[in-house]
Amino acid sequence: MTPNTPGKTPGRLYRLWDSDLFYAFRTAPVAIVATLVALTIIACAVLAPWLAPMNPYNPGGLNLMNGFTPPMEPNAFTGETFLMGADNQGRDMLSTIMYGTRTSLFVGAMAVLFAMTLGISIGLYAGWRGGWVDGALMRVADVQLAFPAILIALLIFGIARGFIPDNMRDQLAIWVLIVAIGLSDWVQFARVVRGATMVEKNKEYVQAARVIGAHPAKIMFRHILPNVMGPVLVIATISLALAIIAEATLSFLGVGVPPTQPSLGTLIRIGQGFLISGEWWILLFPSLTLLALALSVNLLGDWLRDALNPRLR
Amino acid sequence: MIAFIIRRLLQSVIVMIAVAAVSFTLFRFVGDPINSMVGQETSIADRQALRDSLGLNDPIVLQFGRFLGNALQGEFGISYRLQMPVTELILQRLPATVELALVSGLLAFVLGLSLGVYTALRRRGVLSNIIMTASLIGVSLPTFLIGVLLIWVFAVELRWLPSNGRGEVVALGDCWSTGLLTHSGRLALILPAITLGLYQMTLIMRLVRAEMLEVLRADYIKFARARGLSARAVNFGHALKNTLVPVITITGLQLGSIIAFAIITETVFNWPGVGALFINSVRFVDVPVMAAYLMMIALIFVVINLIVDLLYYAVDPRLRVDRAGKAH
Repeated sequence: MTPNTPGKTPGRLYRLWDSDLFYAFRTAPVAIVATLVALTIIACAVLAPWLAPMNPYNPGGLNLMNGFTPPMEPNAFTGETFLMGADNQGRDMLSTIMYGTRTSLFVGAMAVLFAMTLGISIGLYAGWRGGWVDGALMRVADVQLAFPAILIALLIFGIARGFIPDNMRDQLAIWVLIVAIGLSDWVQFARVVRGATMVEKNKEYVQAARVIGAHPAKIMFRHILPNVMGPVLVIATISLALAIIAEATLSFLGVGVPPTQPSLGTLIRIGQGFLISGEWWILLFPSLTLLALALSVNLLGDWLRDALNPRLR
Repeated sequence: MIAFIIRRLLQSVIVMIAVAAVSFTLFRFVGDPINSMVGQETSIADRQALRDSLGLNDPIVLQFGRFLGNALQGEFGISYRLQMPVTELILQRLPATVELALVSGLLAFVLGLSLGVYTALRRRGVLSNIIMTASLIGVSLPTFLIGVLLIWVFAVELRWLPSNGRGEVVALGDCWSTGLLTHSGRLALILPAITLGLYQMTLIMRLVRAEMLEVLRADYIKFARARGLSARAVNFGHALKNTLVPVITITGLQLGSIIAFAIITETVFNWPGVGALFINSVRFVDVPVMAAYLMMIALIFVVINLIVDLLYYAVDPRLRVDRAGKAH
């Protein structure tokens, strides 16, 4: 087991294990714990249809007698026990949370993907072209940066809803939400990519590519982009946490995902309604899940930023 | 200096016109304004007459001009949902929001500043570490969750404070109402103000701490100590004073965020402010209210940004030299 013997190239996995980044990862307990927590939650969410004890949105599987069963206590009528209790309609909270996290993660990930694509394209173009195009795009970015992202997402969501006919609103709500959160978040990506592009475009490899006559789009995406991916990755991780929180906030306010597809934010809103009457578990467990997810992704982003910054080594 | 002010003013006007264009598009093209005004039995000819009399058949540019003119006079039409003039609706609810925003802004500034100074001076203290760790959690917790948790602890379990509404309010003159003068009003303000101010407080605290640590390392602090000045004079007279410029800038800019985040806090606590009005207008697609709120919030942000920029320019001489150098 000496993969580093001369004359033999080490395998991909070994190279990953041996890389600087992975070494930094192995030696940072916070990063390991955060990754484990995040991966567990993500796995539970993605595999919800197979892992969850029940499908909470299949009305046939519900037993109203199970309503308001406290966690870990057998129900007085049916004798069923639920790890995290049951809500007012007898849905198992654990399953509800798994499905809710699935919606939250889907919206968050898609929004970040959208923001990333948009931000990278605008950043590359602005950095490459320079001049007034760059100036105009960056002014737009400055103005947008002056407003809080959640406000922008809310405004875009409201405006978009205005243009969609009544009967389509619920169907399209998730996609409108993704676009709204994505549009509120592209600025960070664009700024970083633009700055890096302006540095990279004067380097020799870019000049060489130009001399060969490569198309500017090809130079931007094939040659420059891979070299600016590090900071983009950091922003994407932190943006994921922000997008998940933004989605939860909007859904909590009742303007996010449709009620037929509740996310963590919707669950917390529902839970708040049962607080006064004492059914605390309907509120607590979705809140803890959201907190654990946002905090672990956030910590991971912080760690990644430090690990990729050579000055801090 | 004058060139800078003019350029900055022009920029603000352009932003406002852009926002007005968005508002106008929303106003004019979402649904049919006529449909939301008349009943079903109105004939097509009548509708056409109404359309003409309202100027909806005029060229778009002319209509936009008229919209701008009305907006400048604070005229935004009638809410589809509440059947009341939008301006009146907003003015009615503005005091609640302004009061909440100012109280939480003050709370955030005072507490943030003192905690920031404390953690910077007692860098390795146990309490400082506890405060710093707590602030990390405070930054990660979404605003609405903070509010819900506070309600749970202080309103449901301990029953110390009310969980919604503004309590009793006293009218001051014709257009202002305040909850600060009654006991129930003050009690009702506590939880929302903490919820809204917590995030800004942690932000200010971390900023003050970082700036203080930076300044305390500077040579003039060492000289001040060497001159035998008291620790108090050095820490507050020399160090804190020099950290205040960026702190005031950020605090000023955060005032806008506080008004924006008030939307969330108002919904959680059923606070009868402008933010709650806006959320409902988004939910029910009440276009005139949305358009008016959009213009109002943009105006607040633009004005705050402008003031902060000018203040910064007035306070920090280095910036003036830099800008002048660039201009030539």
